[in-house]
Amino acid sequence: MQYQWDFSLIFDNLPVLWRGVVVTLHLAAMCLLAGLALGFVIALMRLSKFAAARVFGRAFVEFFRNVPALIQLIWFYYAFPILIGAQMSPFMAAFLGITLNTAAFSAEIYRAGIQSLERGQWEGAMAIGMGRAQILRRIILPQVFQRMLPAFTNRAVEVAKVTSLASVISVQELMYQGRLLSSTYYRPLEILTAVGFIYLIVIYPLSLASMLMERRMARNQ
Amino acid sequence: MTGPILRTMDLRKSFGELEVLKGIDLTVEPGERIAIIGGSGSGKSTLLRCLNFMELPTAGRVELDGALIGQVQTARDGTERITYAERALTQVRRRVGMVFQQFNLFPHMTVLQNTMEGLITVDRMPRQQARERAMAELARVGLAEKLGAYPSQLSGGQQQRVAIARALAMQPEVLLFDEPTSSLDPELVGEVLRTIHTLAEEGRTMLLVTHELGFAYRFATRVLYLYDGLVHEEGTAEQIFRAPQREKTRAFIERSSEFSL
Repeated sequence: MQYQWDFSLIFDNLPVLWRGVVVTLHLAAMCLLAGLALGFVIALMRLSKFAAARVFGRAFVEFFRNVPALIQLIWFYYAFPILIGAQMSPFMAAFLGITLNTAAFSAEIYRAGIQSLERGQWEGAMAIGMGRAQILRRIILPQVFQRMLPAFTNRAVEVAKVTSLASVISVQELMYQGRLLSSTYYRPLEILTAVGFIYLIVIYPLSLASMLMERRMARNQ
Repeated sequence: MTGPILRTMDLRKSFGELEVLKGIDLTVEPGERIAIIGGSGSGKSTLLRCLNFMELPTAGRVELDGALIGQVQTARDGTERITYAERALTQVRRRVGMVFQQFNLFPHMTVLQNTMEGLITVDRMPRQQARERAMAELARVGLAEKLGAYPSQLSGGQQQRVAIARALAMQPEVLLFDEPTSSLDPELVGEVLRTIHTLAEEGRTMLLVTHELGFAYRFATRVLYLYDGLVHEEGTAEQIFRAPQREKTRAFIERSSEFSL
């Protein structure tokens, strides 16, 4: 094979790729924050004593966890505007799709974490007159937060990767810039390889953090 | 005049098909120390747990200091049902302390923090005042030296004494002990029983579910023998342990003290 590698155009276009990285990180951070917050609410619904809330929570999780993220993004971009009668920016559609997906997964992390604590902790706190919200905030969450941390870091890794789907609805994140450059220069080999490596460089520290945390927790057990 | 501090009328509890309490009538006067004994499955722990609503009774009434707990709802056919609002139950639990078999201390908090927690979050007591109250209660159970320790750094007996201090800090009107020594190594049982005994001398109202019949004999002003979800026999410690009137009670006492020295 006689292929002439030419990585110089990568360096020439670093500012473009960098703009993509910024959008990727921006989208990932927003989706993660909103997804974790919404996921917590959904988890509380799943653990509620009200059957209607439990059913809704369960349905939410199963729906957004089992429909491919790509379809959710495209649906919010092309279908949802028909329902609400207004156009939606690609970024907003991506944000909604990925956030709901993230919320479904993180709800399960919260729920499993909260339920992993023995019932005695609830009872010990109930016996001194604490209410449910107080028990959750003061007794349960501080204990399970550490257990949930590796799972949340994994989720952050997933979210960062899944943002690349947003290129399909022309959010100008890293993958989008990569595809744009590659069709401009007809150099997909160098450009897409470089884009892959940039994702790796951005995301690997998160994976590493997750691994280290799990190892540290295993030692502390 | 003061009436009973705690009273149950036809208290029933079922878990699914299984009826564990089949109608308990119990009246507890202030200052009484009641030992509840019985075989496993007799319903003694369930009875105790219904008194501070760790379990919701299926039927029947519980009164605390003369006031019915819960709201009576009358159905169209005239049958009465009692519903319990979470908030009301929280208030009852605030007034009725409980010490568990498994201690249920908060492992992420120090001994002092465990003991202050209820005062701060439930009573909204200023931190300094809560701290002083907690320290006094910890001194009472002999743990003044362990304020900064975490539960995992303590022996089982010490943990249970922290749990007692935590309950005492709330100044409960009634104290419930659910087999407080059952998960302790034999050599640690004594220190916990001694602590409970000191409380008895202070005239506190206490109910104790236990397998330690020797302790029950010395501790209790009244003993209930539960069998199959009902109070099978009750009386003074002397009556129940020395001269039980009913066959099942006698057999239980004999069986339980078979190997005692």
